[in-house]
Amino acid sequence: MPLFLKLLVQRIALGLLLLLLVSMLIFWGTNILPGDVAQSILGQSATPEALANIRAELGLNEPALSRYFDWLGGLVQGDLGTALTSGKDIASSLGSRLKNTLFLAFWAAVIAVPLAIFLGLLAVRYRERWPDKLISAVTLASISVPEFLIGYILMYFVGVKLGWAPTVSMIHDGLSLGQKLNAIALPVAVLTMVVLAHMMRMTRAAILNVMQSAYIETAELKGLTMFTIIWRHALPNSIAPIVNVVMINLAYLVVGVVVVEVVFTYPGMGQYLVDHVSKRDVPVVQACGLIFAAVYIVLNMVADIVSILANPRLRHPK
Amino acid sequence: MIRIPPAALFGLFFTGLYFLMAIFAPWIAPYSMTEVVGGVWEPWSSKHWIGTDNIGRDLLSRMIYGGRTTIFIATMATIISFTTGSILGFTAAVIGGWIDQLLSRFVDLIMSIPTLIFALVVLSVMPVTLPILILVMGLLDSTRVYRLARAVAVDINVMDFVEAAKLRGEGRIWVIFREILPNALSPLVAEMGLRFIFAVLFVSTLSFLGLGVQPPNADWGGIVKENKDGIVYGIPAALVPAVAIATLAISVNLVADWVLNRTTSLKGGRG
Amino acid sequence: MSDKLLTVRDLKIGARVYPPGEKPHDIEIVHGVSFELEKGKVLGLIGESGAGKSTIGLATMAYGRGGVEITGGEVWVNGREILGTRLRDLRKLRGTEVTYVSQSAAASFNPAKKIMEQVIEASVHAGKFSKKVAEARAVELFAKLGLPDPETIGNRYPHQVSGGQLQRCMTALALCPEPDLVVFDEPTTALDVTTQIDVLMAIKDAIRDTGVAALYITHDLAVVAQVSDEIMVLRMGDMIEHGTTDQIINAPVEEYTRDLVSVRSRVHDGKPPTENPVMTIEHITARYKGTNFDVLHDVSMELHAGQTLAVVGESGSGKSTTARVMTGLLPARDGQICFDGRTLSPDLAGRARDDLREIQMIYQMADVAMNPRQTVGTIIGRPLEFYFGMRGAEKRKRIEELLNDIELGPEFKDRYPAELSGGQKQRVCIARALAANPKIIICDEVTSALDPLVAEDILKLLHELQERENVAYLFITHDIATVRAIADTIAVMYQGRVVRYGTKAEVLSPPFDDYTDLLLASVPEMRLGWLEEVVEHRSMESAGN
Repeated sequence: MPLFLKLLVQRIALGLLLLLLVSMLIFWGTNILPGDVAQSILGQSATPEALANIRAELGLNEPALSRYFDWLGGLVQGDLGTALTSGKDIASSLGSRLKNTLFLAFWAAVIAVPLAIFLGLLAVRYRERWPDKLISAVTLASISVPEFLIGYILMYFVGVKLGWAPTVSMIHDGLSLGQKLNAIALPVAVLTMVVLAHMMRMTRAAILNVMQSAYIETAELKGLTMFTIIWRHALPNSIAPIVNVVMINLAYLVVGVVVVEVVFTYPGMGQYLVDHVSKRDVPVVQACGLIFAAVYIVLNMVADIVSILANPRLRHPK
Repeated sequence: MIRIPPAALFGLFFTGLYFLMAIFAPWIAPYSMTEVVGGVWEPWSSKHWIGTDNIGRDLLSRMIYGGRTTIFIATMATIISFTTGSILGFTAAVIGGWIDQLLSRFVDLIMSIPTLIFALVVLSVMPVTLPILILVMGLLDSTRVYRLARAVAVDINVMDFVEAAKLRGEGRIWVIFREILPNALSPLVAEMGLRFIFAVLFVSTLSFLGLGVQPPNADWGGIVKENKDGIVYGIPAALVPAVAIATLAISVNLVADWVLNRTTSLKGGRG
Repeated sequence: MSDKLLTVRDLKIGARVYPPGEKPHDIEIVHGVSFELEKGKVLGLIGESGAGKSTIGLATMAYGRGGVEITGGEVWVNGREILGTRLRDLRKLRGTEVTYVSQSAAASFNPAKKIMEQVIEASVHAGKFSKKVAEARAVELFAKLGLPDPETIGNRYPHQVSGGQLQRCMTALALCPEPDLVVFDEPTTALDVTTQIDVLMAIKDAIRDTGVAALYITHDLAVVAQVSDEIMVLRMGDMIEHGTTDQIINAPVEEYTRDLVSVRSRVHDGKPPTENPVMTIEHITARYKGTNFDVLHDVSMELHAGQTLAVVGESGSGKSTTARVMTGLLPARDGQICFDGRTLSPDLAGRARDDLREIQMIYQMADVAMNPRQTVGTIIGRPLEFYFGMRGAEKRKRIEELLNDIELGPEFKDRYPAELSGGQKQRVCIARALAANPKIIICDEVTSALDPLVAEDILKLLHELQERENVAYLFITHDIATVRAIADTIAVMYQGRVVRYGTKAEVLSPPFDDYTDLLLASVPEMRLGWLEEVVEHRSMESAGN
């Protein structure tokens, strides 16, 4: 088997292993930590009977290992269990919320990724000049404010004072795409701002790293134009690091979604998760946590796979 | 004599100011934290410099006490993440072998789950008290410190001067504390600044989500949560913590940048 | 401008420096250098690091690397002044009229593109040749430069060919557009000496056959003497001497040039081995952890008090590994190490502190061999404290004595390594080794990172210290001139084995084994015509076979 294929298989296997371990960790984290789950759901004043009831309902009387395998088996078949608080099937409540969350994240990515790469290139082109300095100052400012506050700042100035966009992002299936986009304008703006800063910074660093290589100097000394140098020499070597940057930031975006959804009361998975953390609805938290972690792991895995595929040493072995 | 660039001076000044305000909060705050002293969301006035909050408490006083809570939690979490992360990171780098493998793979596993999600999962089953909050934040963040400390120490550990010390017969303690630590200090100190900022943002986020500091106590994130409903009526009280968090974070960032630059140029010496 | 291809007048070059704790400011690194070059001639630019030779070379393409900027003077190429011209016009010059061969071909080739694509790129881009013509020309050059499979080597990626081959590909890249001038910037410095000679000959032939003019930049006078018609000696951005190669080598006028010419002629009369060796290693076999092949096979050698054993070989020969086995950093799989008549533990951890004291080590890179956060006093003082328990005034006095031994003043005690020059750093490392009062000092390529004149002083110092302290040196080097200057006994290593071992006179006199012969013959000699002799000698040998 060629080396790069072997590395690919290894990386994918590692990703799957990681998913399995993460599922264990989440299960373990919610079941074996000090503090009785039943107690923390019902509070200190719960009666012993109520505690016993809820323990039975949660299956807490069975051994942890068999509970884990039951849970995992259910997961594989798409059965995420039932919510303690509402008694509803988690998978069906999650379905539409996951769709909404992905909708939000998708539009944020569509705007943020090209913009970040463009601004990163701009910062490299005008390195140490005012566009670069402005970009890094804005970056510093935007990573110094938590996501939810960026949300409220935009809501206050753009939504309330200017009245350009709705302050609450309610969407449902009856809306047209245009109406939906109008509804999510502010959360998309917030998410874009949040990942833009990181992505731009990392893109800038990745391209600068390539531009400082000796082969770029060789290309300059060949009398090539700047465009040819970037297109033929810098770009083929920048793809892997840039894809890496994009993937890492998409993973970051998925987390940012949680907070932003709460700010704009958007009916997505993040809000669902936070709601049920406060209600201590463990099965929902487990399911949502695992889905978020899985997205994060898969995106990181894709980043690594692209790096392997783009490495000429691995693609063309000696 | 060390020349301090203006940006770092600005950073040092505001960082110092915030810490002093946190320490001396009871003497500085004009009112108590919980006392209702005026109407709901009163505008800025000479009596209430930045107005009152959603139930008529003095916002400035709440901000000062809230800053105390935020800074205290962030500082404690940073101390925990630093001691745990750097001790384990150095140990892994110097000893190597299976201890290193075990620790590093475990950290990889923890880091494969986004920090916020992990914290939410843990906090869904643990009682939300200050010590637990600090511990969860500190331990989760120590994975990042571990990675940095280990990477820095591994780089230094293969340098010839460390080999020279080992050849001389020096013990592990000397190697870690006299050869590696002095050379690892500057990136670690700079990282400490970044971890502190992260802790401030993180605890604010948790409190905003209702999973951090519990009422009637409040930190900056909690103040946002309390006053967020005013936003739609055009009342900006909820945005006040934004200014505080941003200036603190930017100040610490500027100091961290300066520490990193100053020490790297010293290390570079003559080319 | 008649037949002058290149005219450089009063060239001044500045650079921005970033000293620690100070504001960045501009300094001048080349102070008004002038020279001319006719068509088809080769000018050698020679000097130590910081002489400004690469900077001058790149200035002929109006190019400044990093923060370097050409601040004054004129550069005329083919009758055009190029310093004032716009970038658009410069692009017509770069890559077609003037081309560049860098020291590290491995870094200068784009890893993501095939070699052929990169070799013909400049010619095709400038519209000088069609793709087809350029490719045919490249293949021709590959063949001329002695590359294997000239028809197909262009289809490979840079990482798929060896370092010496890639360096020749870089030469092909430079020659492909039929330039008028090629700037060779230390093209053989990174290569092993036996590879260097092939590349050197290939470059020389190619220059002769194509009639191209060249600037040949190097720090090695013996190398430049083989390829150039004229030589210009540079020092700290000033021209010291400029003359024909014959004049510079055989009748240098300036003292600095005379020093450079005589630098490698130092000879040391070897002593015969003593009765009792201070250390012997016998039948050592070793491999690195996690690998499944031996890097040392049955290696044996002896060290004698007051004498130097030189271990010579190319990269990968196992010479540094031998040192690691002796120190116990890499425990041998087989064989034994005897010190003072007793067997030493193969592993560092199993050795007594006093045994560790007896074997000290000096490294190639002095700046990473010292903790940048410790002062010179701490660095030298630690072994005194650690091995002899010295404290306070006694320690201070001994540190000053040691500083005196390495010809540095007591004021150096409070300096940090970053404040020292390359030679001074290496001296401090020597003092640190001496502080332990060892019987053996292992010197791992201690002079190879230094400029030749500085290296010579270090060798002299090491030699004096040996006479006085009666210490044995294990001297690891790839440089035969250094071996001649210091060795009593020589071990020649090749692919993890000792292929030749004996006193200096024995090892360096015929009859030779094949490898030693090749190695000795490949060391450039400071005289004209040496390269041709070697090549002729080789072709006669291969004809005889």
